[in-house]
Amino acid sequence: MKEREVAGKVVAFDDENFMVNYKDWDLDVATALAEEEGLQSLNDRHFTVLEFLRRTYEEKGTGPTIRRLTKESGVPTKELYALFPGAPAKKAARIAGIPKPKGCI
Amino acid sequence: MKKLLILGAGTAGTIIANKMARKLPAKEWSIQIVDQDPLHYYQPGFLFMPFGVYSEKDVVKPKSRFLSQKVDLVMGAIDRIDPEANKVLLEGGSKLDYDLLVVATGATPRPEETEGMEGEDWGRDVHEFYTFEGAGKLARRLKHWRGGRLVINVAEMPIKCPVAPLEFAFLADWWLSKNGLRDKTEVQYVTPLSGAFTKPVATERLQHMLSDRRIHVETDFAIGSVDNSNKRIVSWDDRTVGYDLLVTVPTNMGSDAIERSGLGDELNFVPTNKETLQAEAYENIFVIGDAADVPASKAGSVAHFEAEILEENLLAAAAGKDLEARFDGHSNCFVETGFGKGMLIDFNYETEPLPGTFPFAKVGPMPLLAESRMNHWGKLMFRHVYWHALLKGWPLGFGSAMSLKGKRVDLLKQPELAHVG
Repeated sequence: MKEREVAGKVVAFDDENFMVNYKDWDLDVATALAEEEGLQSLNDRHFTVLEFLRRTYEEKGTGPTIRRLTKESGVPTKELYALFPGAPAKKAARIAGIPKPKGCI
Repeated sequence: MKKLLILGAGTAGTIIANKMARKLPAKEWSIQIVDQDPLHYYQPGFLFMPFGVYSEKDVVKPKSRFLSQKVDLVMGAIDRIDPEANKVLLEGGSKLDYDLLVVATGATPRPEETEGMEGEDWGRDVHEFYTFEGAGKLARRLKHWRGGRLVINVAEMPIKCPVAPLEFAFLADWWLSKNGLRDKTEVQYVTPLSGAFTKPVATERLQHMLSDRRIHVETDFAIGSVDNSNKRIVSWDDRTVGYDLLVTVPTNMGSDAIERSGLGDELNFVPTNKETLQAEAYENIFVIGDAADVPASKAGSVAHFEAEILEENLLAAAAGKDLEARFDGHSNCFVETGFGKGMLIDFNYETEPLPGTFPFAKVGPMPLLAESRMNHWGKLMFRHVYWHALLKGWPLGFGSAMSLKGKRVDLLKQPELAHVG
């Protein structure tokens, strides 16, 4: 675990660079983390995904798999990859301020 | 008279049925098991069929031969579970009631989940080896292989036996070499994971073994579709890999009966307490094997170790006592690596596969996470152990809990990575 400054706040991260405490998250933190992930700005669709991730984490204690995300958030897989290029489940979880989703065994 | 009802007579269901037949008092409890297929398949054998190591008769036998006389085998397809009424409905309308229910309905490959996978090339240049029919078809296709681009792809995690696609790559390398086709074949391993395997220490070793064999690994590739007309697979982020022969491991899902019962997650796996194996939603429902959503490998060895825990917890539940036995996620897999060698990995929820020796420190005799002839023979011998001891639910000589004896725990540089997830 290491702490660093993000958007003027001191935030703790695990060794894979996921936020340790999702309650430290706010819009400024999200924007700063998005920039770190190579996203210039966040639009409504990004936030649909981020809010779904945070809600799922609150309810279930872990972020959703891509399959659950696309099934329940209303964002199709293709669009999800366009919004968060590369590895969307990991990237979106990082920006949403929740731990790395479980589910790959 | 009370009833234990088991759904599915595959590896997990058969083992637990036989164990409970020995332990539950026959005067108070009857045991019934339901399945739609009269045949039992030795699924680890499917991997060897494409290369002609095993024939069809090596991997299939009648189910009834492996079930205790005390277990009533009902042939039928499950429509749904009605957990509020403690009943299971079969297709055709008959109903079975239960006091305790064990869900052992497994997982199956679903090629239809990926766009184009069941297109023109399906069964011709696009194959899978996770079913008896698929492995047989691929064996016939390989007989006519003269070289080209062989692509091995995993569609989505989790899959049954997560080492099987790697083993397929190793065996393909061996088989192609043996038949003078290796230099004419380009082999690619395309995975949605960020490395060859799910656990870091094993991934490092396996990655090395793949590059030694000139097998190119394409990581973080989440397949979106199979483009039959251009003979290529396309990822969701528009990367492409061309194939002449695609061997895919399609998305694996639990039974549709689980979905119809409203008991499953998005892949029809049943949310289950990973230690007690009790379903999260109902106290008198338990889950074993691939049907459960527990973060362990979907493998026969896991079902075998789970059965020892489940036996205790079912006895406790039958007696109205607290569930005390705890499953640790123990998994033990032989990994066939080609050229008459194999590797053994042993791990659980907390500890990733490590090098060392098994089952005893230093003397072994089987090396862990290293190739050896002993491990290859272990794997081939295991087919006999499976039919004659494992399915009958007999103990195999080592307990269900994973042991750290003989393991190189000093290699756990980043213990937090050793956790599942």
